[in-house]
Amino acid sequence: MFKDACVTLPTIRTMIQFTNLAKTFRRARVLDGISLEIGLGERVALIGSNGAGKTTLIRCLLGEYTHEGEVAINGLDPRSNRTAVLGSIGFVPQLPPPLKMPVGQLIDFSASLCGTDPQRIHEIAGRLGLDVPSILNRQFVRLSGGMKQKLLIAIALGRDAKVLVMDEPAANLDPEARKIFFDLLAERQNEVTMIISSHRIDEVSALVNRVIEMDLGKVVLDDRVADDVSLSGRLLCRIVIKRPEAAFIKAIAAWNFAESGDGLVWEGHVAGADRLRFHGMVARYIALIADISLVESQA
Amino acid sequence: MKQLWLTAKLDIVESLRARWFQIYTLVFGGIVALLFLFGLTESRVLGFIGLSRLLVTYIQLTMAILPIFVLITTVRSVAGDREAGVFEYLLSLPVGLGAWFWGKIVGRYIVVFAPVFVAMLGAVGWATIQDIEVPWGMFGYYTALLAVMAMCFLGIGMLISAVARSTDMAQGAAFLIWLTFLLFLDLILLGVMIQGKVAPEVAVTLALANPLQVFRTAALALFDPQLIVLGPSAYVILDLFGTTGYKIFALVYPATLGLLSASAGYFLFRRGDLP
Repeated sequence: MFKDACVTLPTIRTMIQFTNLAKTFRRARVLDGISLEIGLGERVALIGSNGAGKTTLIRCLLGEYTHEGEVAINGLDPRSNRTAVLGSIGFVPQLPPPLKMPVGQLIDFSASLCGTDPQRIHEIAGRLGLDVPSILNRQFVRLSGGMKQKLLIAIALGRDAKVLVMDEPAANLDPEARKIFFDLLAERQNEVTMIISSHRIDEVSALVNRVIEMDLGKVVLDDRVADDVSLSGRLLCRIVIKRPEAAFIKAIAAWNFAESGDGLVWEGHVAGADRLRFHGMVARYIALIADISLVESQA
Repeated sequence: MKQLWLTAKLDIVESLRARWFQIYTLVFGGIVALLFLFGLTESRVLGFIGLSRLLVTYIQLTMAILPIFVLITTVRSVAGDREAGVFEYLLSLPVGLGAWFWGKIVGRYIVVFAPVFVAMLGAVGWATIQDIEVPWGMFGYYTALLAVMAMCFLGIGMLISAVARSTDMAQGAAFLIWLTFLLFLDLILLGVMIQGKVAPEVAVTLALANPLQVFRTAALALFDPQLIVLGPSAYVILDLFGTTGYKIFALVYPATLGLLSASAGYFLFRRGDLP
């Protein structure tokens, strides 16, 4: 009885396993003997500077690179079991591919390969604030950076993925879309393993419960972090400034804050997972701030 | 099969929106239109008149343009897609490598061959309207030759794309291969033979191994069955194959070369890094 209960616990099941993973380009060793286990439900921030090996690790995970050592997703090698493994992975690249095909065709192509209903992708894109019907015939490459990012997120989330691999996924999103994106991730956090790659920890720290830092092809930090920040939580924020200043007003308006009073008091909601990023923005105007409060809200 | 067709469709859609395809279509459509415009069907050369005369000229021009066009556009778009991150994203979707590679070839083949064929069909359609007699035998064989030529150079292009890691390198290699084929056309071979430095058998073997020369000779054979234009090497070719045999060889050899090149490209693509 007890044994059965342990087996069905999702958090202890290994979803991704790297064993002595190494990759060499000509003479440059880009990945150097990486061994990691990532369980189902873990949300991993993969951080490191340029050339640390993050992208190479992700490409090995997606079965796109040949390598030494072993990679297994749910026990299967992504290279030799491509369709089975990749069918359960949602991937959002850092740079959107310059595809000339219309948006509708890209959605249909992805949905058809992944065996999902295109309508699911439409719905998620809609939740992210993308009006899909109006851009169905527009070339993907002609969309704005934010629109491309939303569509790629919708394609990755619009199927029954067990692993989500995202490279700077929220970089091009506005605060409102970021909030919805965090909500979407929160809806799946117990059933999906997430790997979120970023140059900066503050971009993703609130999203994750484990941080893996890479440098020169090696894991230099593997830390589990406190998981007390709800992905779907919201914070009611009130900021009082000493005097109106155009730069601050522009920055705070981008977070959808509204002024109440004589332009000195600003109120709005911040996504729980976005608070570090928000603090980073506020810190730039610290001399201007007379008062600030952040209260967890249910709304 | 579904994945293969999806990939082919994707490649067709991408190509139809690419600038190279618009230029490509314009070139072949333009050639036929210009040949009609300049009254080529009215002129007579070596006894050829009407649509036969037009088709002979069209295939000569196509042979000069199509190989380099197919090679360069194939390597540019495949290597370019790889560099731009298109492979990284699309190959993260659950598509088999075989379906992806061969699907791309099928899609690209349709895109490359369609304008050339449609231009020929257009010529036939116009000739029918103008009451010009259509030489169906010649039309059929030339169509087959063009189909095989597209297959041959597409296969070579895909092999180059699988080997080269950058667009520049792929373009350079494609140009070099085309130039090599061009250098071994009969003019240079004849020169070598005349100087007597290479045995005639070797020169003829080289000519028969060169797909450009094979196409050229096959096109010549239609209006010059004895291949008089080729000089002494014609005896070797005709003794070896006979007129019909050579016609068949001119279709089978380049098609095999294209398929072998594509297969070698697939083998390397499967074994190497994808993006």
